[in-house]
Formats: sequence, C-alpha cells, structure tokens
Amino acid sequence: MASSLRALRRRIRSTKSTKKIFSAQELIAGARIVRAQARVEASKPYAREITRVLSALASSASLDHPLLTERQDPQRAAVLVITSDRGFAGSYNVNVLRRTEELLALLRQEGKEPVLYVVGRKGETYYSFRDREMAETFTGFSEQPAYENAREVGSALIDVFTAGEDDEQGGAGADGVLGVDELHIVYTEFRSLLSQVPVAKRMAPLEVEEVEEFDYEREDRESGTGTDSGVPTSYEFEPSAEGLLDSLLPKYITTRIYAAMLEAAASESASRRRAMKSASDNAEELAKTLSRQANQARQAEITQEISEIVGGADALISAGSRD
Amino acid sequence: MATLQVELVAVERKIWSGEASMVIARTTEGELGVLPGHAPLLGQLAEGGVVTIRTDSGEDVVVAAHGGFLSVTERGVSILAETAEISTDIDVERAREALRRAEDAGDDPEALNAARRAQSRLRAAGESA
Repeated sequence: MASSLRALRRRIRSTKSTKKIFSAQELIAGARIVRAQARVEASKPYAREITRVLSALASSASLDHPLLTERQDPQRAAVLVITSDRGFAGSYNVNVLRRTEELLALLRQEGKEPVLYVVGRKGETYYSFRDREMAETFTGFSEQPAYENAREVGSALIDVFTAGEDDEQGGAGADGVLGVDELHIVYTEFRSLLSQVPVAKRMAPLEVEEVEEFDYEREDRESGTGTDSGVPTSYEFEPSAEGLLDSLLPKYITTRIYAAMLEAAASESASRRRAMKSASDNAEELAKTLSRQANQARQAEITQEISEIVGGADALISAGSRD
Repeated sequence: MATLQVELVAVERKIWSGEASMVIARTTEGELGVLPGHAPLLGQLAEGGVVTIRTDSGEDVVVAAHGGFLSVTERGVSILAETAEISTDIDVERAREALRRAEDAGDDPEALNAARRAQSRLRAAGESA
C-alpha cells in the first residue's frame, strides 16, 4: 500500500511538470499566431498590387509565356509540400501529408510522375522514413518564413519548370536536365483560429487568378474609382510587355509561395496552440484523478494503521486482564 | 493642385503611402519623372535603383528599392519592390560593410545582387557608391 502511494505521488509530480511544458508551449504558440497573422496582413498590399499589375499586363500582352501555357502531354509534376519543422502541433502535419498523398495519387492516375519538394523537417522525416525520393528539401524556417526563404524555394521550382520545357518523351531534352511540366503546392490555409484546411493548388502553368481579379474589381467599385465603362486602361510599357511579363511572372509565383508559407506558419501555430491546450487540459484532469487516488490510498493507509493500533491495544488489554 | 496617390510596398510590408507631387525613378529604359496626370505606365525599375518621392510639402522621400516595378494608373503610382528602405532608415556603415563583403565574395550572381542592393542603399542615403 505504501509503495503504491509513493508511485502515485511520483506520477502526479511528473504529470504536473509536463503540464507546465504544455501550457508554456500553448502560450508561445498563442503569441506566434498573432505575429503570424500580422505578417499575413502585412504581405497583402504587395500581393494585391502585383496581381493588379499582372492582370493589367495580361490584358495587353500576348499570353504565350512558358509559365502560362499548358504543355502538351505533361510527364512530370513538381509538388511542393509545406509542413512544420517541429511536432507538438496535433494533426497539422498529418493533414497536409494526407492531402499531398491524395494529390500524388491523382497525378499518377493522370499519368504524371510526381516529384516532391518538401518544406519542413516533419515532411522530410515522413518521406525519408518511407524511402520516398525527394528532389529537394528546405528546413529551418517553417514558423517564421522570410521572403528570402520563399525566393530560394521559388527559384528552385521555376528553374526545374523552365528546364522541363524541352523535355522529350521520357528523357531530358536539349538542355540535358530533366525538368517538370507542372508545379503544384500543398499547404494549410488559415481560415480562422479554429479552422485550418489543407489545400492543394496548381501554380504553373499559371491560371492568373480570376478570383483575385474579381476582388480587385469589386474593390474598385466600392471605392468608386473603377472604370465602369469596362474599357481596359491602355498602358505604356517599359521595357516591352513581354519583357515585363518575363520578370514579373517568377516574382508572382514567389509571392504566392511566400503567401502560402505565411498562411502555413499561422496555421501551424494555431494547431499547436489547440493541441497544447487539450494536452494541458488532459494533464490537469489526470493530475486530479491521480491525486484523488493518492488521497484514497493515504486514507486507507491511516485507517489500516489505526485498526492495527486498536487491535494491538485490545490484544494487550486482553492479555493484561488474564494476568 | 493635383496630387499623386503614391503607394510604396515591399513584399513583407507597406513602406510608405501618401500624397505626392512628383515621383522620380529609373526604369530599365531610363530616368523617369511622373507628374499628376501621367499616362498609365508599367515599368521595371533598374537594379540597384533609387526612387524619389516628392511629397506635397516639397520634401523628398528617397527610397532604395530593389527588384521592383512601377505602375502608374489614373489613381496614382504604386511601387512594388522585393526590398525597400527609406533613406532615413538606412544604416550607412552597414551598407558599406555589406558592399565590401559582396565585392570580396567574387562574382557569383548572389554576390552581385547583394552588391547592387548595397549600392542602391548607399546612393539613397546620399553617399557615393
């Protein structure tokens, strides 16, 4: 009995100290969400402007840029997966990776060979544990991505996409590099503090996003500055429209990767906070149950001791009366 | 007097916005001054470029903008840059240091880029580069 009481007390102590870790993690994640959301907000003006410029350009330039044209008979598709570097985030990584598996299955069904690009250590371990080949991995910035990181990832993807332009049936083309014909991205969209949804999107060939264009038009109408006549403004271009498109499109893709990373970072912190909250609630519950058991054990021990003493006294009395 | 509504945005945040009477920038084609009522224009800013925004009150806001675009519409001017810094925020010592480091690093594209970035920062701060 005494030993079980000691064991219970030890468990209570360890539960309480893990609870401290969980609630500290919860607080950190909470602070990070706020910062991550602020960064998502701060990056929006640029995203909006670049979309606006691109749509202006798209209406003026001929759209036969390699990043915009659908390739005939696509063979390989690059998939960029954004996961977290650390665990302790509940189902965050599992959900992203599950969504990725769905996309990979779909691509294979369409006869395209997926090529994996992974951001985040968790994704890296997931695929290396399963002996799956990854073209490139990027780690160390999942919680606070900088634009530099997005540019690194973006230029790797754009390079491999451009290299795929002259690929022939099953082999590398004239440049000797086996590229890809499509770029996809899987990340977690931050809808609200309670809902983060893994999404898969195609980045290239690019569909200049009509939703965003629509947003921009609506905003125009709201602010009363839109050209209601529907006649697109005719721009002058320096250098040529095609030259601008050349330098703008890679930047646009990088911006989208950056935006995805920021959303993923916010989602990561949000899921981590939720996971840590339920973990610390659980720990508290467990500590409560355990201390009830410990109290019961202690009470039982005392009762037993008393009955032993009483029993002993009785025995002594009855022994004494016989003398 | 008519004014331009100017927005200067970098990827990570909005740097400056407000009314201005004139914007001076250098595109890949050459120096360019934008006054109110300018025809719509899309331009790519020259690498290592400096953008000057002359505000309503006649002050100049000088900005080192790197890897950017200039878009002029009837609503105003937006300047999009990968990185941008207002001259008053530029640490000249650090920019010099960065330039020296970049020049020592040889001529791979990364270093050349860094050197151009440092040069534009120095130029915006009014130093010779």
